[in-house]
Amino acid sequence: MTSQPVPDRVTVGQPPSTAAGTRLDPWLGAYAERTHGMKASEIRALFAVANRPEVVSLAGGMPYLDGLPLDTLAELAAHVVATRGLTALQYGSGQGDEALREQILEVMALEAISAHPDDVVVTTGSQQALDLVTRIFCDPGDVVVAEAPSYVGALGVFRAYQADVVHVPIDDFGLIPEALESTLARLQAEGRRVKFLYTIPNFHNPAGVSLSVERRPRVLEICRRYGVLVIEDNAYGLLGFDGEPTAAMRSMDDEGVLYLGTFSKTFAPGYRVGWVVAPHAVREKLVLASESAILCPSNASQIAISTYLATCDWRGQIKAYREMYRERRDAMIGALSEHLPDCTWTVPDGGFYTWVKLPDGLDAKEMLPRAVTARVAYVPGTAFFYDGQGADHMRLSFCYPTPERIREGVRRLATVVSGEAELVELFGTAGRPDGEQVQFPGPDLA
Amino acid sequence: MNAASTAPRVVVLAGGLSHERDVSLRSGRRVAEALRSTGAEVVLHDVDADLAASLREMAPDLVWPLLHGATGEDGSVRDVLSLLGLHVLGTGARESRIAWNKPIAKTIVSRAGLATPDFVTLPQTLFRELGAHRILDALVAKLGLPLVVKPSSGGSALGVTIVGSPDELPAAMVECFAYSDAALVERAVTGTEVAVSVLDIGAGPFALPAVEIVTDGPYDYDARYNPGRTEYFVPARLSDEVAERVAGAALAAHAALGLARISRTDLLVDAEGTPWFLEVNVAPGMTETSLLPQAAEAAGYELSALYRALVDAELRV
Repeated sequence: MTSQPVPDRVTVGQPPSTAAGTRLDPWLGAYAERTHGMKASEIRALFAVANRPEVVSLAGGMPYLDGLPLDTLAELAAHVVATRGLTALQYGSGQGDEALREQILEVMALEAISAHPDDVVVTTGSQQALDLVTRIFCDPGDVVVAEAPSYVGALGVFRAYQADVVHVPIDDFGLIPEALESTLARLQAEGRRVKFLYTIPNFHNPAGVSLSVERRPRVLEICRRYGVLVIEDNAYGLLGFDGEPTAAMRSMDDEGVLYLGTFSKTFAPGYRVGWVVAPHAVREKLVLASESAILCPSNASQIAISTYLATCDWRGQIKAYREMYRERRDAMIGALSEHLPDCTWTVPDGGFYTWVKLPDGLDAKEMLPRAVTARVAYVPGTAFFYDGQGADHMRLSFCYPTPERIREGVRRLATVVSGEAELVELFGTAGRPDGEQVQFPGPDLA
Repeated sequence: MNAASTAPRVVVLAGGLSHERDVSLRSGRRVAEALRSTGAEVVLHDVDADLAASLREMAPDLVWPLLHGATGEDGSVRDVLSLLGLHVLGTGARESRIAWNKPIAKTIVSRAGLATPDFVTLPQTLFRELGAHRILDALVAKLGLPLVVKPSSGGSALGVTIVGSPDELPAAMVECFAYSDAALVERAVTGTEVAVSVLDIGAGPFALPAVEIVTDGPYDYDARYNPGRTEYFVPARLSDEVAERVAGAALAAHAALGLARISRTDLLVDAEGTPWFLEVNVAPGMTETSLLPQAAEAAGYELSALYRALVDAELRV
């Protein structure tokens, strides 16, 4: 889509015809300004191949569900419809099922959060929570501060609401407080309106790192001082490999933090159930915004999850997930050490991802077609920035493929990287720096 | 073989593992749906490990490969289909292999008398042996600027760059080699970009009206598949005489390359009205934004009837 008129051309053999051309879209003039940034991305087209079984996909963030007790879940679903069908299949509360909201408190208690069921708004995955939060806070041109890199799906939401994202660097211990402070000071001096800090404190997507316990109060204090709300997005917090969850930032600040949680990674994404915990005034607006978007979250999904939490060993399931993902992390890190000695990477203590830095001069996006040809896929680093940075990085996920497939994928990747390094050495460059970002990601990139 | 009048059983192949999988799936769904509406029995199948077994079991009257990109368009899949004794719509395996290789196709059509921009083909291995910068300098000296760098095979403009200055050339080569082991570098011709589809529904090949493509930048992946980015004029805004010359060029390319049933030739028409051959496709895109369906509709064809006519014509062979 483009907002610019297409220049007419000098036409061969006769004056420009009055015959109208077609743009194959009769509504072209009708779209909102924000729609004009949407592009048909080559990268998304390449991911069409990544879903084929021949390809080892280290790209997607799909949890590995084979360990779920499907028979039990089927019985539960049947039981829900048989005993509570008229409720489960009906519209429900805009804020979400009350019983489930109470159970969500139990889940969050593992990360030291104490809240009231009234503080919780159930959403269609935490992706919808992100959308609602951005909708109620951001006008076009407002600034969102986010880590460099940050979750591609959040960047897509910010872009859709025409917010501007300013990145703050991170290191092995997460967001760097000094860098946050200097960024906020600069933005304030420039007179820009910062609406919130969007942060993923645990097992960061894509960087794999966690915000250290020491830094958490400092980040909160800086944001408080600058009057900036904190959005704490915590999809992976319970998936730490040592099994000891870190206290959430929300547990240290009830008023200044909006907390986003989800069952997608700790149980199953198919139900599409997430939530947001917000202070009273904000929560009222979130409920109204959610009602205008979807009327209410799915009752069937909420009751299914509520029944699962009440009757199954969900803590045991999370433990099983943790152990499985740890084994896969080990396979990933071991294979990287063996096959990609010229790269560097983060070693995550939980979650799904490692963030890999390519040798100097290599461009992960330019390299992707070659990788797909070699039957391995990853997400190029540029997807995780608002401003075209990140070309020298790629996100590798270890959540879905088995350890053996992970090792095979990294082996394939090694030949791709060495082939690309040879090209770059030959031509002294790494392709066209066009800064194209992955926009509006499909679930493949979540 | 079933007579065409009884419902033919057709397998439409789409997907595969090429970089254009997504486009192929969209083409395949469109064609399958159109054929079904004519009463044909249609199965849409991916190219995967089950394919040979399923084809043997289904024993279709006809297979229509709508695969874009490697193995689908380079003749390999067609060879295998022939080995399985299946009746396949479109260009044969050997001719597909020639059309798929852009430098070879350009050589053949130029011998047949068509204009095609000057070009060289440079495999990646050559640069390793001879050193990159010397070759690139010679390239600019010989062909001038601007240049078009494209993978020697492949479609949807993936890996294609228009190079306006020498310092853009190395990056364009790297991008191109991500998609292919060899680069086709050709002199950029300025003019009107057109595509001419050639069909044969039983009475010999004929050209559909040329589609003129107008974009505010290169006709790249986004311009091709994001409705609204590109303006199309069907028929192209050419004088009758030039339009005829353009149609003639596409038919000549179709004949010279031994193509069958369906093809699309991409051309540039310069200020003198000369059509310059760029490349040809044996499995042209059939998506919502593709050029062949637009041309057919502009010529008054109903798409499903036209696709069925192609199937019926093939089944009469």
